[in-house]
Amino acid sequence: MPGRRGFLKFGVAGALLLAAAGAARAQPSYRAAGASDTLQVLSDADREVLAAVAPAILAGTGAAGPGLAAAIGSVDRAVAGLPPHLQEEVGQLLALLASWPGRRWVAGVGVPWREASVGEVAAFLDRWRFSRWALLQQGYHALHDLVLAAWYARPDSWAAIGYPGPPELG
Amino acid sequence: MIRDPIREGIAAGWKVTDASALDRDLTLEADVAIVGSGAGGGVTAEILTAAGLDVVLVEEGPLRSSTDFRMLEAEAYPQLYQESAARKTLDKAITILQGRCVGGSTTVNWTSSFRTPDATLAFWRDRHGLADLSAAALAPWFERMEARLAIREWTVPPNENNALLARGAAKLGIATGAIRRNVSGCLNIGYCGMGCPTNAKQSMLVTTIPAALARGARLVCGARADRLALRRGRVAQLECSALDSRGVRPAGPRIRIRARHYVLAAGAIGTPALLLRSGAPDPHRVLGRRTFLHPTVVSAAVMPERVDGYAGAPQTVYSDHYLEATPIDGAIGFKLEAPPLHPVLFGMTHQGFGKAHADGMAQFARTHVLIALLRDGFHPGSEGGNVGLRADGSPVLAYPLTPFVWDGVRRALAAMAEIQFAAGADQVLPVHELARPCGSPAEARSLIMGLPLEPLLTRVVSAHVMGGCGMADAPARGTVDSLGRHFQLENVSVHDGSVFSTSLGANPQLSIYALTARNATLLAGRLKAGR
Repeated sequence: MPGRRGFLKFGVAGALLLAAAGAARAQPSYRAAGASDTLQVLSDADREVLAAVAPAILAGTGAAGPGLAAAIGSVDRAVAGLPPHLQEEVGQLLALLASWPGRRWVAGVGVPWREASVGEVAAFLDRWRFSRWALLQQGYHALHDLVLAAWYARPDSWAAIGYPGPPELG
Repeated sequence: MIRDPIREGIAAGWKVTDASALDRDLTLEADVAIVGSGAGGGVTAEILTAAGLDVVLVEEGPLRSSTDFRMLEAEAYPQLYQESAARKTLDKAITILQGRCVGGSTTVNWTSSFRTPDATLAFWRDRHGLADLSAAALAPWFERMEARLAIREWTVPPNENNALLARGAAKLGIATGAIRRNVSGCLNIGYCGMGCPTNAKQSMLVTTIPAALARGARLVCGARADRLALRRGRVAQLECSALDSRGVRPAGPRIRIRARHYVLAAGAIGTPALLLRSGAPDPHRVLGRRTFLHPTVVSAAVMPERVDGYAGAPQTVYSDHYLEATPIDGAIGFKLEAPPLHPVLFGMTHQGFGKAHADGMAQFARTHVLIALLRDGFHPGSEGGNVGLRADGSPVLAYPLTPFVWDGVRRALAAMAEIQFAAGADQVLPVHELARPCGSPAEARSLIMGLPLEPLLTRVVSAHVMGGCGMADAPARGTVDSLGRHFQLENVSVHDGSVFSTSLGANPQLSIYALTARNATLLAGRLKAGR
């Protein structure tokens, strides 16, 4: 396996970029949890990132249309229930991806998220998944966990995997 | 209609305060304040109240009960688990499952009940000076808690997921055993991890805590213990924040509790963190160190027939073959168990995304999973992790996965694959980002031997956090003595998994119950005697 040394420079640059994205993010975009049932803590830009990422993560599950949109809403609710430090981290990650330099130079996606193909998004996810830089690997895992947890929490995802749901208790 | 003993108790007048509903500060006085309502806090509350002491129990999580337990992951994880079951180590390489609700992890655990292994107690005696914790000395306490919590042999045949461990191991001449469970009238449903909907699991939620509340103990839930106010080597009061209704942020009101004695039972991350936030004396720099996890790795197999790993008692078969194969202080050993499978937990654990992930999930009903729990803490190559604080005061565990641990991970992945093929698996998938489904033992072995074992590529999880306020015979080597008494703070005791000097090599709940029963009984005696 290659060593990590070659990535340290990128690591520092990326950390600076992440910090900048986090700082640039208007704090009030984290509105008070519970303010709205439909939009809780994610911004429109965050949701646009998720709307591009989720179809790539869920490719092959049959997730589409209203079910997919509802899963993204579930991510929003799930983030609202996380402790503040995790909300902050997820916020920084999505703000980074939503920013032009973050999308273009850290994620390596050359077109706006709404124009990115599933293939382009999947290539980005794989780059982060196998990155030699832990911060990007962590970002991949955060997206993986948030999207897949939201999807498989949904009863309409269960038939495809042969899960009957919890039993009826008399 | 299933009875809900918690709602009945509240209706009958239990003194329960949901701090999220407070509109002003609250000051309470008691003989003993207990922080945390899990295995340590629950047992302590019952024993102290039975001795006639006035107890206040503080719990960060909410009070939920059987009526609320609808067997849905979407509800259970955010409501009942620390950080919505997304708690991770500092480098995000290890996911940590811990309860955060009344009853703590006992409300959501999988009921596995083991006495502390003799080899572990012998190691503590020889290396940590804990001669009084012999198997013989602890036996009456184990017996007492086994009787209290209906811990006994589970005579129902294991579900297929567990039966496959027994069959595969038998083919290879590997011994397995039956796991005892703390259940009474269990319907063998398989949803222990989401809160028992029938009150069969004899968790703290339905046993010791109701007993304490019935005797007049007070419970404040939805309240986070921020710090112990210290004065001249003693705790003067416990300061808590009421949390909002989601349990995410402080809502404003503060709760102050003044007591003669303070029992810390917030778990092996929460208790060291509370002491750190309080600036507790730590002259030998041991607090929060040597925190252990039983780092756990996962192997998924696709079987020819349905396994339905979500159904039936979750953990009923184990193997200690690979713990006994090496000396306790030699190469790291591991315990094998078969965990329950549910869509969210399995979907998050399964590597990859897109079609490869969906293909794996499509085999969910035919999937058999084994986990290997590595016995950390018995070797210089396995010193565990270190609990620290973030800027906001929340705890975080830094846990380095050392080459010594990775060596065990590779052997564990190989052993699990071998057993799964012996049990008839069509395919075995080590849970690692660079692994692919393997169709033969030789293919799996070759793949596993070549996998780069690194954080964030290898899936590592933990449901057993231990240590951080370790017991020792002298302050230089630990935070508390073998009675749980804090070495520097005279009116503080620690009664939870954080006192263990190493990991256990077994699921921890029964070890916490028994040690706490002993130490709470002795504490009650001291407090009654006015000492």
